[in-house]
Amino acid sequence: MKQKNNNPGMTLIVKTVTRLTVGLIMLYGLYITFHGHLTPGGGFAGGVILALSFIHLILAFGRDFVIKKFSEKVAGIFESIGAFLFLTIAVSGFLAGYFFMNIYGKGTPFKLFSAGIILPCNLSIMLKVGFGLFSAFLVLILFTSTNSKE
Amino acid sequence: MTIDIIISFLMILMIIAAIVAVEMKDLLSSVVGIGAVGVILALVFLLLQAPDLAIVQLVVEILALIILIRATVTRDSVYYRRREIFVKTVTLIGVIIFLISLYSIIKLLPPFGEPKLKVASYYITEGQGIKNAISETGAANIVASVILDYRAYDTLGEATVLFTAVLGVLAVMRKIGRKKDETKK
Repeated sequence: MKQKNNNPGMTLIVKTVTRLTVGLIMLYGLYITFHGHLTPGGGFAGGVILALSFIHLILAFGRDFVIKKFSEKVAGIFESIGAFLFLTIAVSGFLAGYFFMNIYGKGTPFKLFSAGIILPCNLSIMLKVGFGLFSAFLVLILFTSTNSKE
Repeated sequence: MTIDIIISFLMILMIIAAIVAVEMKDLLSSVVGIGAVGVILALVFLLLQAPDLAIVQLVVEILALIILIRATVTRDSVYYRRREIFVKTVTLIGVIIFLISLYSIIKLLPPFGEPKLKVASYYITEGQGIKNAISETGAANIVASVILDYRAYDTLGEATVLFTAVLGVLAVMRKIGRKKDETKK
C-alpha cells in the first residue's frame, strides 16, 4: 500500500531503457553547452536538456529515488552557484576595462577552448537554467503529491 | 519560393492544432494539440535558418509538455474512443508531412565536416577593413558571440528573470508554513 502512494515509477521496460539512455541525454546536454560558441545551442538549451534528464529519472523511477540523491535544496545551491559565477565573470571584466569585457584569451577560432568568456558564461548559464528548472519541477511534484494524499 | 509555400502550409497546420487544443473537451488531447503547435514552430524556425532558436523551442516545449501532462493526467480521467482507421490515416498523413519537411530541411544543412554555419556566413566573410565577429570575439557561432559578448547585458537580464521565476515557485510551493501537521515528520 505504501508503495502505491509513494509513486513507485513505471514498469521494468521503462526503467531498463531509462538506465541506458539517461547518461546519453546528460552527455548531450553537456556537449550542447560546451560547443555553444561553435555550433547551434548554448547554455540555455544545454541546461534545459540537463534538467530533462533529471526529470526523465523522476518519471521512470519515482521522485523518492531522485530526492535521495538530489534534494531541492542541493539543486537550489547549484543554481545559486551558476548565477554567482555569471556575475563574477561579468565583474571580472572590470580588471581590464568595463562590465562584461572579454578579457581572457580569444584563442584560434573553431577550437574548443576559444572565444574568451563565452565558454564559462555558457557553463554558468547551464548550471543556472538546468538546476533552476529541475528544482521548480521537483517542488511542483512535491506539492501535487502532498495535496493528493489528503 | 518552395520554402514560402512550405512555411505557409506549416502555419496553417499550427492554426488547426491551436483550434484543436482550444476546442477539445479532453484535457490530455488539448495538451497534445499545444505540443503539435510547438513542434511545428520549431520546424518553422529551422526553415527560417535559426537553428539556435529551434533547439531552444523544441527543448522548452518538451519540458512544458511534461509539466502540463503531469498536471492534467492526475486531475482528469482520460476516456478512449475506438476510431482505429481514422487515427491510423491521420498518423500516416502526419508522418508523410513530417518526412517531406524533413527532406527540405536536410537539403539546407551544410555538408559534413564543414565547420562554418550557413547562418553566420555573412559575418564570417571578411570585408576590406571591416572587423567581423570571429576576429573580435573568437567564437565561431555568431549567435553565441552576440548573446554573450556584444549583448551580454540582455543575457544577464534574462537570467535574472528566470532566477526570479524559480524563486517565486519555490516561495509559493514551500513546505514550511503551509500547514502545521504536514511539516512535522
